[in-house]
Amino acid sequence: MQPESAMTPGLDVTVLVSVGRHPLTGRVRRADQDARGVELARSLANAEVRLLHAGERNESSDAALRGYLGMGFSELALLEQPEGADVLPALAEALDATSPHLVITGERAERGEGSGLLPYLLAERLGWPLVSSLAAVESVENGVATLLQALPRGQRRRLSVRLPAIVTVDDAAPAPRQSAYGPARRGTLEASMGPVSNDEEWAKWQVQPARPRPKRLKIVKATSARDRFKAAAAKSDGGGGQVLTDVTPTQGAEAILTLLREENVLQ
Amino acid sequence: MLDTLLPILIFSALALAAVGAVRRIRLWGQGRPSPVPVLRGLAAMPRRYLVDLHHVVARDKVIANTHVATAGGFVAAMALAIVVHGLGLGSGWVSGVLGWLLLAASATMFAGSLFVARRRRNPPARLSKGPWMRLPKSLMAFSLGIFVVTLPAVGVLPADAGGWLVALVLAAVVAWGLAELVFGMTWGGPMKHAFAGALHLAFHRRPERFSDKRGGEGRSTGLKALDLEDDQAPLGVETPADFTWNQLLGFDACVQCGRCEAVCPAFAAGQPLNPKKLIQDMVVGMAGGSDAHYAGSPYPSPERGEQPVGEHQGSPHGPIVAPAATKDGKALVDAETLWSCTTCRACVEECPMMIEHVDAIVDMRRHLTLEEGATPGKGAEVIDNLIATDNPGGFDPGGRLNWAADLELPLMADVERAEVLLWLGDGVFDMRNQRTLRALIKVLRAAGVDFAVLGNEERDSGDVARRLGDEATFQSLARRNIATLSRYRFECIVTCDPHSFHVLKNEYGAFYPPGQEADYPVWHHSTFIHQLIESGRLRLAPGQRARVTYHDPCYLGRYNGEYEAPRAVLQALGVELVEMQRSGYRSRCCGGGGGAPITDVPGKQRIPDMRMGDVRETQAEQVVVGCPQCTAMLEGVVPSANDEEVAVKDIAEMVAAALDTTPAATPVPRDASTPQAAEEVLS
Ligand code: SF4
Ligand code: SF4
Repeated sequence: MQPESAMTPGLDVTVLVSVGRHPLTGRVRRADQDARGVELARSLANAEVRLLHAGERNESSDAALRGYLGMGFSELALLEQPEGADVLPALAEALDATSPHLVITGERAERGEGSGLLPYLLAERLGWPLVSSLAAVESVENGVATLLQALPRGQRRRLSVRLPAIVTVDDAAPAPRQSAYGPARRGTLEASMGPVSNDEEWAKWQVQPARPRPKRLKIVKATSARDRFKAAAAKSDGGGGQVLTDVTPTQGAEAILTLLREENVLQ
Repeated sequence: MLDTLLPILIFSALALAAVGAVRRIRLWGQGRPSPVPVLRGLAAMPRRYLVDLHHVVARDKVIANTHVATAGGFVAAMALAIVVHGLGLGSGWVSGVLGWLLLAASATMFAGSLFVARRRRNPPARLSKGPWMRLPKSLMAFSLGIFVVTLPAVGVLPADAGGWLVALVLAAVVAWGLAELVFGMTWGGPMKHAFAGALHLAFHRRPERFSDKRGGEGRSTGLKALDLEDDQAPLGVETPADFTWNQLLGFDACVQCGRCEAVCPAFAAGQPLNPKKLIQDMVVGMAGGSDAHYAGSPYPSPERGEQPVGEHQGSPHGPIVAPAATKDGKALVDAETLWSCTTCRACVEECPMMIEHVDAIVDMRRHLTLEEGATPGKGAEVIDNLIATDNPGGFDPGGRLNWAADLELPLMADVERAEVLLWLGDGVFDMRNQRTLRALIKVLRAAGVDFAVLGNEERDSGDVARRLGDEATFQSLARRNIATLSRYRFECIVTCDPHSFHVLKNEYGAFYPPGQEADYPVWHHSTFIHQLIESGRLRLAPGQRARVTYHDPCYLGRYNGEYEAPRAVLQALGVELVEMQRSGYRSRCCGGGGGAPITDVPGKQRIPDMRMGDVRETQAEQVVVGCPQCTAMLEGVVPSANDEEVAVKDIAEMVAAALDTTPAATPVPRDASTPQAAEEVLS
């Protein structure tokens, strides 16, 4: 961010960080999107950044969380939760208590449910606005943040949001800095027991490794290099979609349901 | 009158030298502790000087003789002058003999100083100027002055010849010589190298690098392990005082001869590194101050041609590299300087003062990577890949043998014991290197070698992580590889990657669990193939008519002293070998070591292009290499329009193409009960 951008002194930022999982080897690590969130927070001038994690605690999760400490933090607040607990109430309570101006988190977790719903549920519960796919925080003035949201194909949308707010980052956010080994192992994990609420839904679920599904091939009939490039660079938007405007929530939900049935996601 | 003046001059020079020595020693004492055997080191010093140091100096005959005459003459003349003029000892014929000896010593020294003066007339760019330009005059002043004042002592001149005016002039000349040569030695003049150098030889951090009386080769090239036990200790070298005291002492020994600068590939490529300047910067840092008085070639700068001196300064406890937060601020050295090094060791090989540049550079990189998280370029990504997938490219570690699906390589996990453990290296993920590996396997099978591979159990050796300063990831990889290796039985490890070779051979030893040790030899494939040829297990059909040249990989040659085997194999192939001007221990790096392609610091030209230029000079059709990294770097060179393509071939590919596939006329004597076996593998 431009250093000259005016920031209200002492912007309180909390980054929600999770334990990640490497896509190829399954080894724990700092989650990529959460790390991008930390990077974004670090680049804010004049911000007081806290790291917060809620989840199960063991040796391997500690190692992964230390990855965030290595980005230049001396401590990370850790709300210990039993396996399979719903971390939402614990996080909501902690955020309520510390009342930061801005909460940054990755779009979705790399392990567990990974539904990407947590930020939305949190926003709903706290009654804060949520902005997804954040690319940059341009300025914060008088409790209003000017944000840059990333849209497909490199487009950006400027938004003004009243704080406190929750923002999520995905791969459009700047890449995280390297995690340094020395600070990572010297930093402390400040553990406390958060309120525990068991996730009954989750308990009923059956989890099994995903089978790789054949990829849908995109057949490009391009005659020139320019067309091939355009086809390769285009974000596939499925072609056959439809845009519904001015419909009631029920109509919208109906349309989504129909699509899911067509695609055999729901039977 | 001289009889009174001379003792005063000599003893005040000695006293001032002693004061200077204490001050200098305190500068070194700022460094971290490093235990040394004091008496044994001092006792070994003369041999280290006369044998090991001279071995390096003698590569330039004229300079070697100049130095012997000047330094030998000075030491003798000074000792005798203390006796004759300082103490006035000896009477009668004794004083006469001592006097004549002193005359001879100072005359020798004078002769030497004439050669020093000659070299200073048109000094090559690598030599420092500044105070060094007055050194020949000071040497002459001392030797001439002492010579003349000694003449009366042997009765050639009367004691009061010339009167008091001449005596005063003589005394002044002698005083000048004493100032430069005696107390200048400890007060930071050019002669400092003699004082610091002698002690550096005695207390060197790698005593094992010196030869011993049994003629041991004395090679010590593995990096020293960083202690990661104490989790509060800062890691690596942040400030000059974070070096060990004997490293600081070593920096102080530099004579600014610039031999390191002349061979440094990064300097030649115009990257911002000059090993001589780097060592001088450390000297500046340990005393505190700016580099404005440095009088040699500065660091090149791709934008400005060269970095002007005077912009950088440091202090013993100040940072060497300005921390990221003060990005445009400068400290002692810019980070790019440290990341330009390919760790080729050419500088260490050439340094007559036995200074360890690579150790120092890696020590400083360790701080940047482990404490600052500031590995540049693709460094952070490579390290993350190594942590998550055990290979630098981030490939699926379960796919290490995909390239060999048709080769049915025996796995250690199945056979558990084999004659040879074939270490494949990360080249398994690289299509070019897979060709080399196939060739090597064909050769091994032709020779009937019983080998097995680790397959997916193999991990990156840790070489690149270590050179990038990530000692933690290196040690983790090393420990896990060691655990895998110790599950199997084999007689030796063979690898076609000199980097894995070096790490397995020289650097893993420190990480074996207590009570265990690496009890197997490690061979580079060129050495192993040579053994196979020598023992008659491998039959070649010579008759290749190519004109080839051979590029010595740094990690095989300078790191491990293997220059002969690859050449012997080429000879057995019958090809015509033409040497490049820079070959053997003077081989020029391909630019691929030390993570340099990953950090990718810009320069004026690329190192592999320069090396390919060396190759073209020989007019060879092929350049033979023995390293996946060299293959990649040299093959990446695009020939300019009017240049011929030069093929880059691994030595294993050369051998595989020359296998004698006709049935053996006199079968190699092997187990007589299975005569079929030999036939089968040969066909
Ligand atoms: S470091 Fe060694 S080779 Fe380089 S200038 Fe100094 S003494 Fe010479
Ligand atoms: S190791 Fe090689 S690249 Fe590094 S400073 Fe020495 S000569 Fe230069």
